[in-house]
Amino acid sequence: MGAYILRRLLESALILLGITLVTFVLLYLVPADPARQIAGRSATAETVANIRDQLGLNDPLFVQYGRYLWNLAQGDMGRSYLQRAEVADLIAARLPASLLLMLSAIVTELIIGLTIGVVAALRRNRPMDHSLMIFSFVSISAPQFVIGILLLYVFAVKLAWFPIGGYGTAAHFVLPSLTLGLLGAGWYSRMMRSSMIDVLSQDFVRTARAKGLAKVRIVTRHVIPNAILPIIAMIGIDIGLFMSGIVVVESVFGWPGIGQLAWQAIQRIDIPVIMGVTMVSAAAIVIGNLLADLAAPLIDPRIKTK
Amino acid sequence: MTRTLLTGIATLALTATGALAQVDENAPQGGEMVVTYQDDVATLDPAIGYDWQNWSMIKSLFDGLMGYEPGTTTLRNELAESHEISGDGLTHTFALKDGITFHNGREITAEDVKYSLERVTNPETRSPGAGFFSMIEGFDSWNAGEGEGLSGVTVIDDKTVEITLSRPDATFGHVMALNFASVVPQEAVEASGEDFGREPVGSGAFRLAEWTPGQQLVFERFEDYHREGVPKLDQVTFSIGLEPTVALLRLQSGEADVPGDGIPPAQFLQVMNDPAQAERVVEGGQLQTGYITLNTQMAPFDNVDVRKAVNMAINKDRITQMINNRAVPANQPLPPTMPGYAEDYEGYAYDPEAAIQMLADAGFPDGFTTELYVMNVDPNPRIAQAIQQDLAEIGVTAEIRSLAQANVIAAGGEADQAPMIWSGGMAWIADFPDPSNFYGPILGCAGAVPGGWNWAWYCNEEIDARAAEADAMTGEGQQGGREDAWRQIYLDIMEDAPWVPVFNEQRFTLHSEGVAGDDTLFVDPVHIPVNYDYIYATEAE
Repeated sequence: MGAYILRRLLESALILLGITLVTFVLLYLVPADPARQIAGRSATAETVANIRDQLGLNDPLFVQYGRYLWNLAQGDMGRSYLQRAEVADLIAARLPASLLLMLSAIVTELIIGLTIGVVAALRRNRPMDHSLMIFSFVSISAPQFVIGILLLYVFAVKLAWFPIGGYGTAAHFVLPSLTLGLLGAGWYSRMMRSSMIDVLSQDFVRTARAKGLAKVRIVTRHVIPNAILPIIAMIGIDIGLFMSGIVVVESVFGWPGIGQLAWQAIQRIDIPVIMGVTMVSAAAIVIGNLLADLAAPLIDPRIKTK
Repeated sequence: MTRTLLTGIATLALTATGALAQVDENAPQGGEMVVTYQDDVATLDPAIGYDWQNWSMIKSLFDGLMGYEPGTTTLRNELAESHEISGDGLTHTFALKDGITFHNGREITAEDVKYSLERVTNPETRSPGAGFFSMIEGFDSWNAGEGEGLSGVTVIDDKTVEITLSRPDATFGHVMALNFASVVPQEAVEASGEDFGREPVGSGAFRLAEWTPGQQLVFERFEDYHREGVPKLDQVTFSIGLEPTVALLRLQSGEADVPGDGIPPAQFLQVMNDPAQAERVVEGGQLQTGYITLNTQMAPFDNVDVRKAVNMAINKDRITQMINNRAVPANQPLPPTMPGYAEDYEGYAYDPEAAIQMLADAGFPDGFTTELYVMNVDPNPRIAQAIQQDLAEIGVTAEIRSLAQANVIAAGGEADQAPMIWSGGMAWIADFPDPSNFYGPILGCAGAVPGGWNWAWYCNEEIDARAAEADAMTGEGQQGGREDAWRQIYLDIMEDAPWVPVFNEQRFTLHSEGVAGDDTLFVDPVHIPVNYDYIYATEAE
C-alpha cells in the first residue's frame, strides 16, 4: 500500500508538472501581449517595451518557464499583472469559498441523485420511474446558467426564501449548491438506477427474498451498499466537473471563489493568475482522483491496489 | 504675465455641456447606497487603475490639483487654490489650498504633488497613464529610467509647485484632472508597496473602510474632506460578483441602488416598458464612438474610394436599432457631446447603389473578399453580422473573425493583419473632454506603429502637424479658434475615410428610489457609472 501511494504521488507530481508546461506554452502562444494590456492605450512603444522587459517577457520560452518553476518550487506563484497582489494571496482568499461550495454540491448531488436512483429502480418502468428519469435528463441537459437564474428568480425573488446571491450564511449555500449539484444528481440517479437494477437481479438478493427477509431490509442492507460502490469512485472525477461548473455558478450567484478569479484573469491575460488557478484546480482534481482510488479498496475489498 | 486656466479649456468644454449642472449643494447628508458589479475591482491605486469600474471609485478616494464641476466637463480647482499659466503657456504654477489632509491625517504639501507625478511617470510603476504626462519637461529621460526625477516639476515652497512643459499644451489642465495625477502620500505608498492598490490612502471624499475580495468594498465618508457638505452619503457599498441580470433582480427587490454594469441588454426593453422603472432611468451622452477601422495600408483599403464606398454601404440606423436604440448613429469621429463636433456635417449617407458604382469606378466591379475582426462578446458579433450583410449588398464578402478582446487588439496592432475591425467593446471613450483625445493614439501617426491603437494605420503628416498646432493654441483668445481647428481636422480626416463611424453609445443609468440627485450626476461624463460624491440618500431628506 505504501509503495502504491508513493507511486501515485510521483505520478501526480508528474501530471502537475505536465499541466504547468502545457498551460505555460499555450499562454505563450496566445496572440496577445500582456505588456500591452498593462501599458494601456496611451502608452508609447517604448513604455510597452520597458514593461515587457521588466516582466521578463522578452526572454525565450524555456527561460521564462524555468524561472516560473524555480519560483514555484520556492512557493512563489508571482504577482498578478493587473492587481499587483501576490497570486498565492488572491487564491488563498478565494479557495475556501470554492471548496465549501464544492463540498455542499457533492452532498447535494449525492442526496438527490442516490434518492432518485433508488426510487426509480424500485419503481422500474412505472410512471414514477419515467418522471424521475425525465427529471434527471433535464438536469443533465439544462445549462447551469439558466438553472441558476431560474432558481434565483423563483426561490429568492418571488418566494424570498433565500438571498439573491452573495456569500456568508447557510442560506446562501442552498441555491448555488443546488445549481452545481443538479448536473451530477442527474448522472448519479441514472447510474444508481442501473446499478440497483443490476444488483436486484443478483442471486444473493433472490436468496434473501426466498429466505423471507423484509423488502426494506433487503434494499437497505444488501442492495444499496452493493449498488453504491461504483458511485463512490465517481466522486473523485466529479471534482474536475465542478471546477468547470463553478466558473458559471460563482458568476451567477456572486460567489467569491476561484472561478470568478479565473474568469477575470483570462479576460485580461493575467498570466500569473491564470497559471496559479490552473495549478490549484489541477491539484484539486489530481488529489480528488487519488483519494477516490485510495478509498476504493477500503470500501470494496474486491478492488486491490497493485 | 499670467492668467488663470479656467478661461481656457473650461470655456471650451462648457460649449459642449451647455450649462453647469444644477447640483444641489444643500442636499441632505447621511444614508447609504449599494452599487453592484460583476467583476472584482482590480486595483484602487490611482497610478494604475484604468478601467471604467475603478475610475469613478478612485475619483472618490483621491483628489488631484484639478477636477470637474459635478455632472459636467467643466474644469475646476480641486486641491489647487489657484493655477496660473505663464504667457508662453509653458509654466504652470499651482498653489495648494491650506489645511487639506490625507485620510491618514497628514497635511498635503507641494512635495506630495512632486512625488505623485514622479511616481506615475516612473517606469518602475508601470502606469498605463504615464504617457499622458509627456508634455512635462524631463519626461522622456525620467520615463526612460534616467535621471533623478521629473526635472519639470519644482517645489517652490510648502504650498506652491511649478510645472514646466516642454511644449505648450492646451490639454494640460485636463491631464492634471486625470486619476493618474492624483496626489498620494509617499509614506503610505512605501508602507504598502505593491499592495497600495488594496490599501489606498488619498484625500478624496470617501476612504476605503473594508475590502473583502470577491465580495464587497465599503467606502465611508471622510469627515475631514476639504469641501464642506461633501460627500452626501455616509457610506457606499460595492457588492461584487453579481452577474448583471442578478444585479437587476437585486435592485428590483430593493437590495441595491445602482447596477454598476448597467441594464443588461436582454432586460433593457422590459425595464423601459415598465413605467415605474423607466422613470428611474437617466439617459445621457457619452464621450464614445463605435467605428469600423479600414486598414489604409492593406489592399484594397489603401484606395480611398474603396473606403468611401464602404462608408456609404453601412446602414447605421439598422445597427442602432439592433442594440435597442441605446446609441445614436455617427458620421464623424467625435461624439456629439465633445467640443469640436461638427453639427451640420452630413457625412457619407447610406446609399448602397452609389457605393456599388464607386467600387466599380475604383476597379472593383465584382467586389472583393476581406476579413472583419470583432470582439466575441454580445452584441458585437451580431453587429459584425449586420456589417457583413451590408457589405454583401455591395458585393464585398467579409469573413468574420470573432476573437477575445486581447487578440483583436493584438491583430489591430499589426500593420498587415486586420483589414477591418469593428471597435465594439474596445471603442474609444475619451480620457478627458477634449477633441485632441480622439486623435493622437487612434488617428495620428504616433499610433500607427506596431502595438499601437491606430488600427486604420492612418498617418497623414499634414494633419499631424495641424493637430500639434491646435494643441499649442493655449492663448486666452484662442479657444474658439482651437475648437474650429480641431473640427476641421476631423472633417478632413473623413475625406480620407480611414474609419466608418457607426454610432455613439448613450448611457442609461437605472437607480433605485433610495438615491437621488440631479440627473447629470447619474450620467456624469467623468464619473462612470455615477458621481458617488454628490448623490444623496432619499431617506436622509
